[in-house]
Amino acid sequence: METQTVHHGAMFDTNELVINMGPQHPSTHGVLRVVLRLDGEKVVDCDVVIGYLHRGIEKLSENRNWTQIVLLTDRMDYVAAATSNVGYCETVEKLLQLEVPRRARYVRTILCELQRIASHCLWVGTHAMDIGAMTVFLYAFRERELILDLFEEFCGARLTYNSMRIGGLPLDVPPGWAKKVLEFCTIMEAKVGEYEELLTHNRIWLERTKGIGIISGPEATGLGLCGPALRGSGVARDVRKDEPYAAYDEVQFDVVIGTNGDTYDRYLVRMEEFRQSLRIIRQATEGIPEGPIVGKVPRLIKPAAGETYHAIESPKGELGYFIVSDGKSTNPYRFRVRPPSFCNLQGLRRLVRGHLVADVVALIGSIDIVLGEVDR
Amino acid sequence: MIDQVLIPLLKIVIVLNATLVAVTYMVLLERKVIAWAQSRLGPMRVGPYGVLQPIADAIKLMIKEDITPVRADKWVFTAAPIISMVPALIVYAVIPFGPTVSLFGRKVSLYITDINVGLLYIVSVASVGVYGIILAGYSSNSKYPLLASLRASAQLISYEVAVTLTLVSVILMAGSLSMVEIVNAQYNQHVWFVFAQPFAFVLVLIGGLAETNRAPFDLPEAEQELTGGFHTEYSGMRFALFFLAEYANMIVVSSVVTTLFLGGWLPPFPNVGALHLLYYVPSWTWFLIKSFLFLYLFIWIRATLPRYRYDQLMRLGWKVLIPLAILNLVVTGIVKVMLM
Repeated sequence: METQTVHHGAMFDTNELVINMGPQHPSTHGVLRVVLRLDGEKVVDCDVVIGYLHRGIEKLSENRNWTQIVLLTDRMDYVAAATSNVGYCETVEKLLQLEVPRRARYVRTILCELQRIASHCLWVGTHAMDIGAMTVFLYAFRERELILDLFEEFCGARLTYNSMRIGGLPLDVPPGWAKKVLEFCTIMEAKVGEYEELLTHNRIWLERTKGIGIISGPEATGLGLCGPALRGSGVARDVRKDEPYAAYDEVQFDVVIGTNGDTYDRYLVRMEEFRQSLRIIRQATEGIPEGPIVGKVPRLIKPAAGETYHAIESPKGELGYFIVSDGKSTNPYRFRVRPPSFCNLQGLRRLVRGHLVADVVALIGSIDIVLGEVDR
Repeated sequence: MIDQVLIPLLKIVIVLNATLVAVTYMVLLERKVIAWAQSRLGPMRVGPYGVLQPIADAIKLMIKEDITPVRADKWVFTAAPIISMVPALIVYAVIPFGPTVSLFGRKVSLYITDINVGLLYIVSVASVGVYGIILAGYSSNSKYPLLASLRASAQLISYEVAVTLTLVSVILMAGSLSMVEIVNAQYNQHVWFVFAQPFAFVLVLIGGLAETNRAPFDLPEAEQELTGGFHTEYSGMRFALFFLAEYANMIVVSSVVTTLFLGGWLPPFPNVGALHLLYYVPSWTWFLIKSFLFLYLFIWIRATLPRYRYDQLMRLGWKVLIPLAILNLVVTGIVKVMLM
């Protein structure tokens, strides 16, 4: 009898198929590697392997002076470089206890929100492309181009901006720029509707995203998810609202949350964030005050010994900087980033379990990662 | 001698060449139409407005290195692209581009042959093509192609059932399996079958999309999930054969749908005396225009819709299309009997 049971077991033994997705794969958004264990087309488990884009930005920063680091922060989330710049500069300002002029804070708010729209454009394009709707991709890139033009006019660069300085802005906004920003808002408002027309009520889109990768609010918080990935589960956590920075305490906007915590809700949250960002940009551009653009920054930046943590809401979630200064040298003693993409990637394994291969790419898209930020 | 050998041979040469040219230009058309849908220009560099692009593509694919993976099953790996290409081409033997016309004092029919089981021939030959996909995935000895070929076989077999069941109701209407007779039946019954069988038309169109692996049913080659699917390991001309087979199949589906539902070579409203003027346009022109409309529709759909997931696709096939096809068949049968 015993041998029979063994044979019986061996007869029905099904081998899992181990399949390697990435680091060279069209839908892993960079050099992410996911090792999937499949039963048929069903994902039993997965391992997320990262580190292919590690450039040692944190360690590098400990050997650069405070101003030079701004340039390194560009290279983390390279599709939202301005946000990283703002986050870093504000952290150092907090360390220096420096007052930033109101005009600079307003411009920072505008740049951050333009950057959020640019980043979300890239997200909606690639996410839709992963699910097979390829036209949205080009539409979204068309509008992203307009934002890059605005950035180019402001700081001369289109991808890695180096657009902030500790204490304020490197340059004042060019004349007529504010008007162009407002014009862009009008264009974008209509275009968001265009994306939604292609996706939001599309039956195939609904079938592909509804009920996929459901995660409850408490579980999402427990995994450390942040940004739209967390808000999709109905947790109203937004650093812009909870711990306002730049000029966010002076503008009106709503924190968008979802209800079911599935891929579709995360999609809806980001789509609505487009509109909220436009709302913020309009208010900030219209209310932009006159005045200086840089605060009283010492010639030699050398913060007193101490440590600080400061977070901002990047397009992907809570982007935090932890910086320690020893008070003696002109570079940070310890520099550490809390990258939202990295924390959101934590949730991928939990999200994909039990879904199909096709859903894996939808879920990677739905948590919106940038590998430059995950690996740093 | 001339009637038995020379003319058929000449027709085969013309149809085969025309098909291959049409297929390569179909690729260009697809790239152009999708580009216009996406506010781009598409290929513009080779020749004016990129019209020579297909030739450049063909040269590129021919001079590329032809790689066979070391662990692949060599014979099957080589045979697979051929198996998928050949059926796509020989289907054209029974597609009527026009009726019998007189040309230089000689009666010439604008089709290669008219066999009395034409439709059955098309259905069975077209389904051989799927072997090419299955064998390609299996012989590559690689995981992604294997997954893709499993998907492909499941998908093609289930949609074949739905499409063939639907075609039966058209056969009931026409009372013949011959492609020429089906067109004649539409003339004699004073109605294109798209109006008599609207359900069947939609079902065949959806099933046709699925059988040709077109979006939104292009799962076997889902680039985003399976990195190219069953032809991941193929390169050069062998890859091109798969590629051309897909487009050739698209043209087959549009030709078949045109013949069965839109009256093939017949002009619009063929029985209305006032529109008799339309008969002065060559019959094959009508056929080409109608087929082109479907090809355009296929491309348009690809530019617009996201992709179905594997399980949703199977559900759609077995739980929606097949029951509807059976229902359509039953209703057609009952109505037909009652009218008799």
